[in-house]
Amino acid sequence: MAVILERSFPVEAGAFTTAGEASTTIKRTLKQLGVDAEVLRHVSVACYEVELNLVIHSLGGTLTLLVDPEKVTLISKDVGPGIPDIAKAMTEGFSTASDEARTLGFGAGMGLPNMKRNATEFDIQSTVGVGTTITMTFALGK
Amino acid sequence: MTIREVVKILDGKVLVGEERLDSQVNTACGSDLMSDVLAFVKEKAVLITGLINPHVVRTSEMLDITCIVFSRGKIPGEEILEMAEETGITVISTPLTTYTACGELYLHGLPGTKPKKPVTEGA
Repeated sequence: MAVILERSFPVEAGAFTTAGEASTTIKRTLKQLGVDAEVLRHVSVACYEVELNLVIHSLGGTLTLLVDPEKVTLISKDVGPGIPDIAKAMTEGFSTASDEARTLGFGAGMGLPNMKRNATEFDIQSTVGVGTTITMTFALGK
Repeated sequence: MTIREVVKILDGKVLVGEERLDSQVNTACGSDLMSDVLAFVKEKAVLITGLINPHVVRTSEMLDITCIVFSRGKIPGEEILEMAEETGITVISTPLTTYTACGELYLHGLPGTKPKKPVTEGA
């Protein structure tokens, strides 16, 4: 399927102040493209969750937005540390977040399950010492 | 319920969005945990919180939350108010505690958001 738009955003580890800026830009970009409000909300929530995860848990990574006529795709790719037990990480309430993240109102162990709930398709691949890649697609049009 | 009614019920002070007081809100949520807000809230909602940081506004923007109420008389800093202005979110400060503010809105007929089904299985 022909890609209408492709944009990548570097996300820095531990950058709590700027966390969410990529998601804000992505939301505004998709809104300008005329993406349906409900789909846009699902994309925005999942995008913000995954961006926060990059800031809170990763050693840094990239968030990529792809749009084609049928779907929006978000790919989060980081450079480590990797998730040892994905099933555990997918469980609501399980979290390894820092106190700093918790002070800001995050780290409740809701991120990954919430991404899965909002995305049409959700895939997570992780290797300890290498990194984690999360791919989410959101179908356009109902 | 309109945001104007929310302001009246909560004895609130409008900090941002005076021009949007006639907008409708359908539900409300009281939480200091943005993770929960991200997991449960629907659009056109009021968020009542005692937490003050830019992520409260960012979280609200992602969810299309139209109104943030800071409880216990808290007034956020300029940076937060500017972010809200830029995103078109109305900001109110109420002298009430989060619990009482939620209770008052509920009593006046503003329902809560229903939790979605949890996702607990592995990937």
